[in-house]
Amino acid sequence: MRGAPTVFDPSGFRLPDGQRRVLRWMLYIGYAALVAGIFHGLAQSLSYANIDILQYFPALRSYYQGLTAHGVANALIFTFSFANAFLPLMTARALSERLNGKLLWSSFGTLVVGNLMVIYAVVTNQASVLYTSYAPLQAHWSYYLGLVLVVVSTWLILANQLLMLRRWKKANPGERIPLLAYISVISYVMWFLASLPIATEFLGFLIPWSLGWMAKVDPLLTRTLFWFTGHAIVYAWLLPAYVSWYALIPRQVDGKLLSDPLTRFVFILFLLLSIPTGFHHQYTDPGISTSMKAVHAVLTFGVFFPSLATAFTVLASLEIGARNRGGRGIVRWFARLPWDDPSVTAQVLAMITFVFGGITGLINASFTMNQVIHNTTWVPGHFHMTVGSAVALTLVGVAYWMVPYLTGRKLWGRELAVASSWVYTVGVLIFARGMISAGLEGMPRRIYRAQASYDDSAWDLGGILTGIGGSLMFLGIFLFFVVIGMTILVGRKGEGPDDIPWSETVTAPKTSGWEPKMDRLWIWVVVAVVLILVAYGPFFASYLPPHFISEGFSRF
Amino acid sequence: MKVVVYEKVFLGVGILCLVACLAALFYASAVMGIHLPGREGELDPEEIASTPPFDDPGLRRVAPKEYEAVVVGKVWQFDPREIRVPVGSKVTFIATSPDVIHGFHVQGTRINMMLIPGQISKTSYRFQIPGEHLILCHEYCGFGHHLMYGNLIVEEE
Repeated sequence: MRGAPTVFDPSGFRLPDGQRRVLRWMLYIGYAALVAGIFHGLAQSLSYANIDILQYFPALRSYYQGLTAHGVANALIFTFSFANAFLPLMTARALSERLNGKLLWSSFGTLVVGNLMVIYAVVTNQASVLYTSYAPLQAHWSYYLGLVLVVVSTWLILANQLLMLRRWKKANPGERIPLLAYISVISYVMWFLASLPIATEFLGFLIPWSLGWMAKVDPLLTRTLFWFTGHAIVYAWLLPAYVSWYALIPRQVDGKLLSDPLTRFVFILFLLLSIPTGFHHQYTDPGISTSMKAVHAVLTFGVFFPSLATAFTVLASLEIGARNRGGRGIVRWFARLPWDDPSVTAQVLAMITFVFGGITGLINASFTMNQVIHNTTWVPGHFHMTVGSAVALTLVGVAYWMVPYLTGRKLWGRELAVASSWVYTVGVLIFARGMISAGLEGMPRRIYRAQASYDDSAWDLGGILTGIGGSLMFLGIFLFFVVIGMTILVGRKGEGPDDIPWSETVTAPKTSGWEPKMDRLWIWVVVAVVLILVAYGPFFASYLPPHFISEGFSRF
Repeated sequence: MKVVVYEKVFLGVGILCLVACLAALFYASAVMGIHLPGREGELDPEEIASTPPFDDPGLRRVAPKEYEAVVVGKVWQFDPREIRVPVGSKVTFIATSPDVIHGFHVQGTRINMMLIPGQISKTSYRFQIPGEHLILCHEYCGFGHHLMYGNLIVEEE
C-alpha cells in the first residue's frame, strides 16, 4: 500500500515541561472525580439488586445526592478534564506549536474553582438535582456557577487551540491542516456551539433564579435548553475518543488510517448533525409539537451515519495493523492485534461494546420504541455502553500511554492494566444486560429501588445482573487506579514514551480541488448554525417569551 | 474524495438500513396510530385546583368503552392513586403537575409521558388484556421520588 505520511513534523516536538505539568494535573482532576463517581456507581448498581450499602456511606443524606455526584463526576468532570488535557496536547503536537501559557493556566484555574464550587454544593446536599438539573428543582447557585466555570474552562482550551492554529496557518500558507490537529479542533468547535444553550439556561435563568433575583422559572424552556446541549454533549465526550480511534490507534496496532479526507468529512458531519437532534430526549414531553419531534428523529438517524463510517474506517485500520503483524483469514486476524498492549486492549473492547451502545441508541431514537423504554433502566443500560464504555474505556486506554508520556515514567503493571479493561468490559456487558432487560419490564431509572414503596419480581433478574455487573465495573476501574497510581509513584523514571502514537494515512489530503475547503472551519460552523435554526427555530418562535411560572423546589 | 469499494457497499447498506428503520417508524405512526404527546395546552401550575379538568381528578366515562382519566402528579403521589377500567376500554389520560417535573408511565404499555408544570400532557391507549399495572413516576422529583406510584387495574367484565 502507498504510504503518505501525515506526520507533519516527525522531529518529535515536545511541549515545555511547565505546560505538560498543567495538562497532567488536568487529567488528575478527572481521575479524582472518577474515584468519587465509581463508589456511588457501585452503591447504585447494588441498590438495583435490592442491596443497600448506601447507609454505610458517611455524610450521605440521600440516594439522589449520590446519584448527582455519580453523574456529575463521571459524565461531566471526568470527561471534560480528559478532553481539556488531550485535545490541546494533540493540537500542539500536530502543529508543533506551544500552547498559550496564560490561557492554559486560566482554563486550569476555572476548572479547579468550578469543581470546588460543585463539590461544595453537592457534598452539603444543596444540589441533589441530578446532573440534568431540571427546574423547578432548585440547587444552590454555586452548583450552577461551578458547572458554568467547567464549561468556560473548555472554551478557554478551544481558544488556545484556535490561537495555535492561526499561528500555524500564518507560518504555513496553502498547506492542509494536519489531520490530527483538524479533528482535535473541530471536536471542541462542535462542543462550543453545543454548549451555548446550556450556558444560556444557567446564566440567563437558573443562576439568577437560585440567587433570588428572579422569582420564577420556565420548566419546559429550561429543560429544552438543557437537551439542546444535552445530546450534543455526548458527542463532546465521544469525539475525543474518536480522535484516538482515528489518528492514534492505527499506529498502536501497526496499521494505518485508511483515508484522510473521509476522516475530515466524518468530523464535519458530527459538527453539523450532533446538535439539531435534542428533541429525541423529549419525545414524551408535552408542549413540543409532534412534527418537530419527527424532524429531530430523522436528524438523529442522520447522525448515526458518521458513526457507521467510523465503524468501517476504524475496523479497516485494525485489520491493516493485524495483517502487518501476520494476521490471516477473514476474522482470525482479529486475534493478532496487540492484545498484550493495555492501551489497545481497552480501546478495542470499547469499540466492541459501542456496537451495542449504537444499536440501543437507534432504538431510543425510534419514537415508537421510545415510549416503551423512556426513563426506564433501559436508558442507563444504553448509555453505559456509550459514554460508560466507548468513552470511559477509551479514556482508560489513552491514559495507559498518556500518563507515562506526561510523567516520563514507565507504565507500572502492564498485565494488570490489560486485565482492568477485560474486567470492566465483562462487567459493563452484564450490567447493561440487566438494566436493559429490567427496563423492558418497566423498571424506572433514577430510583432508590432498595427503599422503594413498590416493586416487581419481574425486575429481580435484571436487578441482580445490574449489581453483579456494576461490582465488576467498580473492580475494573479500581485496578485502573492501582496501575495509574503506581505508575505515578513508582514507575521507572525516564522510560516513558518519547512521542505520541501518531498514525500515517493510506490516502493523503489533496491540496487542490474542493477538498481544501474542508479546512475552512467557519463555512461548516455557518452550515451547522443554519441546521440548528431549522431544527429549533419553529419551537422557539411559537413558544417564546419565557413562561415564568414555577417557584424553586428544594426538598431533597 | 476517494472511497474504497468495500466502504461504499458498507455505507450503502447502512443507509438502506437507516431508511428502512425510518420508514417503519413513520408507518407505525401514520398507519398504526402510535403517536407521541404533543402540544395540548398550557395552564398556571399554581391555579390547578381551580382549573378544569384538574379541579376534579379521576376517571370519567365519555362514551361506551371510552374513558377520560384526569391525573395530577405531585410530590410524591398520583391523584387518583388507583384507576379501574373494564377490559377493552380506550382511555385518554390528561395529566399535569403543580410542582416539579414528574413522569407518568403505565408499566407494560406505551403510555409514557412527562408531566411538566404549566403544560398539559395527553395520550390515549386501549386496554385489551385484563390485569394490573403499576403507574410509575419515572422522573426524579425530590427526596421521596421512589415512594411515588399508582395502580391501574383492567377488570374483566
